[in-house]
Amino acid sequence: MRLGQRFYVVEVVAGLALTAHHFFRNMGRHIAHALGRTDVKGAVTVQYPEEHRPYSPRLRSLHRLVRREDGSPRCVACMMCETVCPARCIYIVADEHPNPEIEKVPARFDIDLGKCVFCGYCVEACPEDAIRMDTGILEFSSYSRTGMIYTKEMLLSLEPASPDGRPTSPVPIPAGRRP
Amino acid sequence: MPKLTIDGKEIEVAPGTNLIEAARALDIEVPHYCYHPGLSVAGQCRLCMVDIEKAPRPTIACNTVATDGMVVWTQTERVLETRKSIMEFHLINHPLDCPVCDQAGECWLQIYYMKHGLYDPRMVDEKVHKPKAVPLGPHVILDAERCILCSRCVRFCDEVTATGELGIFDRGDRSEIGLFPGRELDNKYSGNVVDICPVGALTDRDFRFQVRVWYLDAAKSICPGCARGCNIEVHVNRRRPHHAQGRRVARLKPRFNAAVNKWWICDDGRYGFGFVDDGSRLRSPLQREGGQQLPVAWDEAIAGVAGALTAHPPAETGVIASPKMANEDLFALRRVLDRRGVTQVGFAVRPRVPGDEDKLLIRADKNPNTRGAELIGLGGDTAAILAAARARRIRCLWIFGHDLLDAGWPEAETRAALGAVETLIWSGTNANATSALARWVLPSAAWVERDGTFTNFEGRVQRFRAAVDQLGEALPDWEILGRVLTALGEPTLAARAEHWFRELGRSVPAFAGMTYQSIGDTGQMVGATREAARA
Repeated sequence: MRLGQRFYVVEVVAGLALTAHHFFRNMGRHIAHALGRTDVKGAVTVQYPEEHRPYSPRLRSLHRLVRREDGSPRCVACMMCETVCPARCIYIVADEHPNPEIEKVPARFDIDLGKCVFCGYCVEACPEDAIRMDTGILEFSSYSRTGMIYTKEMLLSLEPASPDGRPTSPVPIPAGRRP
Repeated sequence: MPKLTIDGKEIEVAPGTNLIEAARALDIEVPHYCYHPGLSVAGQCRLCMVDIEKAPRPTIACNTVATDGMVVWTQTERVLETRKSIMEFHLINHPLDCPVCDQAGECWLQIYYMKHGLYDPRMVDEKVHKPKAVPLGPHVILDAERCILCSRCVRFCDEVTATGELGIFDRGDRSEIGLFPGRELDNKYSGNVVDICPVGALTDRDFRFQVRVWYLDAAKSICPGCARGCNIEVHVNRRRPHHAQGRRVARLKPRFNAAVNKWWICDDGRYGFGFVDDGSRLRSPLQREGGQQLPVAWDEAIAGVAGALTAHPPAETGVIASPKMANEDLFALRRVLDRRGVTQVGFAVRPRVPGDEDKLLIRADKNPNTRGAELIGLGGDTAAILAAARARRIRCLWIFGHDLLDAGWPEAETRAALGAVETLIWSGTNANATSALARWVLPSAAWVERDGTFTNFEGRVQRFRAAVDQLGEALPDWEILGRVLTALGEPTLAARAEHWFRELGRSVPAFAGMTYQSIGDTGQMVGATREAARA
């Protein structure tokens, strides 16, 4: 370790100098840009949440349950996702379907997003392509744990994201989301 | 005895043994669907092909009797190719709806496909469609598409129950299992066709869509439904409590015991476990205060019961034990009675309707441990105890399990007897009309929640093991009685059912020399060790 580094006051001053250098350099560039020098660009920060960076098409976002043509879930409650889920956040209860060709439907299909690790195994495991993670919805924080539990109806109401990755359906609000 | 060679290993088998059983004795598995050791040979599925030296082509093992000097190969290339082709044939019209099929996870089509199939499907034609989800009777539901027509269920109904409800109808790829017109699969053993069905064609209506089989844990147990003591496996769901409305016991399956039940159990036993997770289960000790029974702590309840037993002279105390209790419980009770010198004890309660009986398994005595209660010396005139209670000669009465108000005696007389008793103690698993009258109610653990032994009507002592935790604060009867014994001033060191059984072996000659190890999985006859020692 050099002598200068051992007196860390020197390092603090050097750090401040670096920060100040970037600050004034960027300020100058932004002023130049504002005055018409459009070829000069200062460093920018994405103004989240007003602005979003584009999402990757492979992004794993909030789950949705795929519907059949008649609007009923495509899910047959085979429990593959429930079995494979490493976080054990999927809760399915099976019921009899009136059509013997389909036989089985979920009476209950809850995902506890407070436990979910977004690994996507449920999507991989599904033999019916009934669960997908393509809604583009990432903002579903909650003030309570119960507010993180998404039921079958909520998951069925979601639509896939638009081609630019933006969500097309509003985020469903679970009961008990706000205190 | 014929001596033959299978896959290079020599074995001597009993005359008449077929090649599947001979191979099984060598731990060699010959895959099969239609063959079942408890049924006649049909030779229907053609999967059990083996190569026999000097035979021109592969032969089915199920219908070939082992002969002296036979040389059999079960893993030759020709055999493996044949199995693969036969698997392909079986799956031509199979719907492959494993995701919705209850058999998935314990299906022999899945198992043998993974072991012997793994071919590229060549079928391009539309599969033949057949009826799905057809109830055949109160317990069994049929999916004809999944059926591979092994005919085990047909042979079961023809040969074991001799009721003949089922048959195979139509021809060729349109053949399907069905009921004869006007019939229903409602015999007393109908649930067994679900067990023997190697695929998902026959499934259980009670179990349908409740739990996936890979979530289940199994424990070896004994059916408490009648004096036969059929060997069973208790399948419990401990991993996904939100399934099956929170019921822990998912199903009972028969467990092979050549000396008791072979491969079968009756439907009454198979579906008789509902009380274990019923809402009427008692979860904590109760004490009657005024008109209400209120929960109390165990220490308080034990002190109260021991106090009542001490306060009343033995001549004024009566006990009605239950033949549904395990040997360990009954022996612990015996010790409590001896400690207090209580002699008025009985266990037999006349049922309201006499039990049915048949030649196969079902016994009229619907209690699993009548013989054990007799051997431990708890037999007595229960009606006389109630009469004494009515005459106010018995002031303290301890009833185990029975609902005396739902017995074969006049209800008014029983009610008068129970009302005349000063201290009524009741212990058992589920609340009933009798327990509602008790001053002290002690919650017992159900048989699936604890270890123990039953003695069946032939005198075979058989073990059952804990499959789930005890519900709420319920305790095994032996533990309750052990605590009462301690409170009466006779501390016991027995901390497990096994300890009580060891003491039982020391005290009651019929059980002499028996241990949980010697009983094993198949049971042991009472007095067997004594006779062995004498011989």
